[in-house]
Amino acid sequence: MPFEKLPLWKESPAMSESLQKYDNAFLETFSVDAAALAGDLAYNSIPEWDSIGHMNLMGALEDAFDIALETDDIVEFSSYSKGKEIVAKYGVVL
Amino acid sequence: MAELDDLLARDPFALSSADKAPLFAAALGQLTRHHRDHCADYARILDVLGFDADRSHAIEDFPFLPARLFKLRRLQSVADDQVHKVLTSSGTSGQAPSRIVLDAATASLQTKVLTRIVGDFIGRSRLPMLVVDAPGTVKNRNSFSARAAGILGFSMFGRNPTYALTDDMELDWDSLDRFLAAHGDGPVLMFGFTFMVWQCFVEPLRRMGRRLNLDQAVLIHGGGWKKLADQAVDDAGFKAGLAQVGGIGRVHNYYGMVEQTGSIFMQCAAGRLHCPVFSDIVIRDAHLAPVPDGQRGLVQLVSLLPKSYPGHVLLSEDEGTIIGADDCPCGRPGKTFTIHGRAAMAEIRGCSDTYGGK
Repeated sequence: MPFEKLPLWKESPAMSESLQKYDNAFLETFSVDAAALAGDLAYNSIPEWDSIGHMNLMGALEDAFDIALETDDIVEFSSYSKGKEIVAKYGVVL
Repeated sequence: MAELDDLLARDPFALSSADKAPLFAAALGQLTRHHRDHCADYARILDVLGFDADRSHAIEDFPFLPARLFKLRRLQSVADDQVHKVLTSSGTSGQAPSRIVLDAATASLQTKVLTRIVGDFIGRSRLPMLVVDAPGTVKNRNSFSARAAGILGFSMFGRNPTYALTDDMELDWDSLDRFLAAHGDGPVLMFGFTFMVWQCFVEPLRRMGRRLNLDQAVLIHGGGWKKLADQAVDDAGFKAGLAQVGGIGRVHNYYGMVEQTGSIFMQCAAGRLHCPVFSDIVIRDAHLAPVPDGQRGLVQLVSLLPKSYPGHVLLSEDEGTIIGADDCPCGRPGKTFTIHGRAAMAEIRGCSDTYGGK
C-alpha cells in the first residue's frame, strides 16, 4: 500500500453533519466559538451555561435532532462530551 | 456516609415508615456530625444544647434551627472557594432574605432529588409546558427571585415553555391561543405559583366566562396559601376553580422551603402531602414538644440534602397536621400530612406572596 494511503495519513473526514448540528447548538446558544468546545465545555463553567442557558441548549438540541430528551438526561447533561453520550441514546450518530 | 448515600440513591417512595425510620435517623446522625465538623457556628449550637451527635438519636430528638436563622446569619459547612452559588429567598420589602450557601455537589443533589420526586407523580416524559407567569420573571439572570428559581427548576419537566401572562400580569391571549391550538387536545404540564394561578389565571377567566380546553393538563403549584387564605380560598376551592376554567383535573400542590430546595413534599391525588425517603416532618406544639399524629402544630422539616449548610433540621413558621403513615389511598408508603398555613404572628413570607398586585 502506498505510504500516503495508510490510514494514519488520511485526511480527517469532513465533520459529520450531525456533529456540526450538535456543535452549533452550543455555539449559538452560548455565543462561544468552537475553541471553547474543544476544552470540553461544562455546565456552569461559563456564565452563559447557567440553568437558563441549559434549558435553551436542551431546546436547541431537541429541535436540531427532532428528539425529546427525558428529564433524567437533562439533569445528567453536564458537559459537551457527556452530552454526546446522551444524544447517542436517542439514535443521534455524531 | 454510607446510610446517607444509601437513602439518597433510593426511589422516593421505596420504604414504609417502619423501614425508613432507623435508616433515616442514622443518615441524619451522619449529616449532623458532618455539619458539626465543618461549621464552627453549628458545632457551638450543638455544644450549647448539650447534644452529643456521636450517639444515636430518634429523628425528633435532633436539634432544630429556626428557618429564620438563615436570614440573620450566613451558615456554611464548606470552604469559601467551594461555594457554587448563594440562594436568596423572597426579599419582600422590609424583610431580610435567607442566604443559602450551595456547593456544586449540594446543588446537583437538589436537582436530582427534585427530578425523582416530581417524576413519581407526573412520569418521565416531558410534556409541552404552560407557565402561569410572565416571561419577564426569568429574564434577569443576575437578580434571581425565588419565583424565577421555581419556574426554572420545574422547566426541566416540560418542553418549550409558553408563558400564559404578559409582563403586566394579564392573560396573554396570543400565547395562550397558540399553545392551545398546538397542544390543547393532549397532555400538557402547567406550572405556577399558587397565588398567581388564582389571581392571574382562574379569576380573570371566570370573570370573562371563558373555558379553556386543558382537560388533559396536570398542574403543579406551590409557594404558599397565605394570600388565598385571606380570600377564603382553600385547596378544594382552588381545585374547583381550575376545573371550571379549564377542566384541569390533575392538580398537585407542593410544599417546601427555599432553605431545603429539592426535597419538596408533593400532594397526591388523595390531597395529601407525602414525605419521600429523603425528608421527613415532625409537628410540634406551642412548647415545641412533638405532638401525636392528627394534632395540629408547627411544622419542622428534616431533609438529607443540605450538605453545604446546616439546614437539614429546620423549624418553619407553618402549621400542619400529620394525617397518617403508610395509609394513603394513593398507595405511596410513608408519612402524609396537610398544611394549614402560617402560624399566627409569623412573618409573612411565601415565594408567590411577593407579588404585590399591579
